[in-house]
Amino acid sequence: MKQYVMGNGAIALGALAAGVGLVAGYPGTPSSEIIETVSRAPHEGVHLEWSVNEKAALEVAAAAAYSGARALVTMKQMGLNVASDPLMSVSYIGVKGGLVIVSADDPGPISSQTEQDTRRFADFCRIPVFDPSSPEEAFEMIQDAFELSEKYGTPVLFRPTTRVCHAYAAVDAPEQFSPKPFEGFVKDSGKWVIFPRLSYINHGRLEQRNAEIAGHLSSYRFNTSEGAPSRKAVIASGVSYAYVKECLQGRNDIRLIRIATAFPFPEDFLLSALEGVQEVLCVEELSPYIEEQVLKTAGRHHLPLRVSGKLDGSVPHNGEISVELASRILKDFLGLDTACEPLNDADAPALPVRPPVLCAGCPHRASFYAVKQAMKGKKAFFCGDIGCYTLGNAMPLDMVDTCLCMGAGITIAQGLNHTNPDAVCFAFVGDSTFFASGMTGVVNAVYNEADIVLCVLDNSTTAMTGHQPHPGTGRNMMGNIVDKVDIAKVLEGIGVRTVMTVNPLDLRSSVEAVSTCAALPGVKAIIFKSPCIALSRPSARCAVDPAKCTGCKKCIREIGCPALVASGGKVTIDPNLCTGCRLCAQVCPFSAVGGACHE
Amino acid sequence: MNKNILICGVGGQGTVLASRIIAAAAMEEGHPVHSAETIGMAQRGGSVTSHIRIGESAYSPLLPWGSADILMAFEPAEAVRNLKYLKKGGVAVVNTAATRPVTEAFRPTGYDGSEMTAWLRDKCACIFVDAHEVCRPFGSEKFFNVIMLGIAAGSGQLFLSKDTLLRQLKKQIPPRYLDINLQAFLAGYEIGTQKSK
Repeated sequence: MKQYVMGNGAIALGALAAGVGLVAGYPGTPSSEIIETVSRAPHEGVHLEWSVNEKAALEVAAAAAYSGARALVTMKQMGLNVASDPLMSVSYIGVKGGLVIVSADDPGPISSQTEQDTRRFADFCRIPVFDPSSPEEAFEMIQDAFELSEKYGTPVLFRPTTRVCHAYAAVDAPEQFSPKPFEGFVKDSGKWVIFPRLSYINHGRLEQRNAEIAGHLSSYRFNTSEGAPSRKAVIASGVSYAYVKECLQGRNDIRLIRIATAFPFPEDFLLSALEGVQEVLCVEELSPYIEEQVLKTAGRHHLPLRVSGKLDGSVPHNGEISVELASRILKDFLGLDTACEPLNDADAPALPVRPPVLCAGCPHRASFYAVKQAMKGKKAFFCGDIGCYTLGNAMPLDMVDTCLCMGAGITIAQGLNHTNPDAVCFAFVGDSTFFASGMTGVVNAVYNEADIVLCVLDNSTTAMTGHQPHPGTGRNMMGNIVDKVDIAKVLEGIGVRTVMTVNPLDLRSSVEAVSTCAALPGVKAIIFKSPCIALSRPSARCAVDPAKCTGCKKCIREIGCPALVASGGKVTIDPNLCTGCRLCAQVCPFSAVGGACHE
Repeated sequence: MNKNILICGVGGQGTVLASRIIAAAAMEEGHPVHSAETIGMAQRGGSVTSHIRIGESAYSPLLPWGSADILMAFEPAEAVRNLKYLKKGGVAVVNTAATRPVTEAFRPTGYDGSEMTAWLRDKCACIFVDAHEVCRPFGSEKFFNVIMLGIAAGSGQLFLSKDTLLRQLKKQIPPRYLDINLQAFLAGYEIGTQKSK
């Protein structure tokens, strides 16, 4: 049946069609909808989980593959850094059932900390990687990835990029799925226990295997060569191939080569596709991976080939490629004009900027504001983390001094404390991030005697990536209600002596809690507990009494809630946005905000 | 048929529903469809776009500049921001009611959208509509997305039949909100028909 799905949906349906028996992952844009699609599709017999982090997900899935089941792991590219420990080793150990790791890259970057390239990881770990250019291809290719993984007993990476993950297309997926039958785990310590001797042997084997796979992939149907042989050829991969195709619509006098499997590099295929070619342009996003392989191939075979791309400045190193950029690059290389001419907007009026902001009524705003109030006039550092609450950096809150990677706020705060003992060091961490990689940081703080205030912004969900459940929510992806892992008890168990839980929407108690904790030595924790307003949107609204509002705009200047609107010298509250959190009512020096009045 | 549609606006205006209905209607009429939407952090009050590509020869998930047959702009500045996607001779349906950015409250620039509409008027064929005005009979601006869909359809620039769109609305909108949404669509359709005469 034809289904119109997002690229991530196509990946999920493809994996189900391949008979996947276990799916695990950690949310991260642009990969999160893969697991969500599996959960909505019929998937009886499939174990499905949001794991606590990517490393856990990969290890759970690797064991399923040891048992002979087909297993899928999903994450964004930054998650692969977290999963890289098991990934390196499972590459040496190998698998019995197919193991495919989807690591979604994010050129731009649109919602990531780096523009890293999963194809390089594949090379580094010595495992194959697939690179789809559209949702339709992703649907087919993920099935090929499982076949290849099982045939050669190796984990396989699958690397879509944001524009493929988030593009919609129709795919023809079966209506029912069932996991491929498997044998179960068979003990064999000579195979499943990694020891230096085994690694030595397997290292040799995997290089030999990769040479074989490269040969196999040289005739892979998605490594394609189109157009008549020409003196100048273009090589592209992933969504860049789609952009180049868009530019070259209908032209078959230019050779277009597409590499869908960057590692192991299909050298034989490239050699035949390059016959008669004297100049080649490599169009790819992120790193010049294919370009380097082409240079290597040209060197090894003494080809009289001129190679352009990122390394000679023809293609930018950073950012996405678009049709417009591809068109400009092709114009320089081929001397042909492929762009449609847009309307001239050079004289357009200055456009308002719309930075993303915390939602109206977001409890994070109140938590940040409480800390800010309590620390007024004191030297304090605010270490942020990954999640919606990174947006606490925006004016007027301005409450994020550092942000590095998942869980790092807690440990960065410790390093700042050891080197800046005169400052109060705060770490802000979301509930999901706390479970993902915050807990070990707290152990480190307790053990190494850091003086920090840990603020857990507990909104009972993984909000930024689309409200996935986590161990603190009491729900899992098998649809079961499970015991909630209690953050306060975890902290107490670690040995944090002061653990307070406050409602951030109660400003006075929140400020008090922060002031108390800031004055104490050691590790102190405040759990700011209030649900994400996108999950349980309250029906209450606040309203400004125009007779009392003096137009001082303190509310707007201090908390910057999008529901607060300055109009006619006064402030009004947009009833379409207000959630009745009453933070502004507690900030207003003239008690002009009424409510929360229920509708 | 090869048609490109760009929908733009501000996160929270319901552009995604409009985009899904158009895509589904085009599929129902037997065309290959591809689309892409803004997802993630930018949804929170940021500029959002939906790109819809109908026909065989669409490779890029995003529209190339200068290729949109119709620009459905839910906000005047977003219309200006995305005008580069409109092809010469294409039509822009533009909401003249501005959504002021949050930063406007504490760093005012006086933005109210009027400068945008004045500029657009000279650039391309425009159908202007004031969201506040057209939503008034429905008691909430939440229906603006469906009204906008109706306007685009009524203008004839969506190249999709009214019946197909109505069928898709019925399919995709939960029953308890359906009636008012159908009314909103039909009201928009009427406006679109009138304004493009």
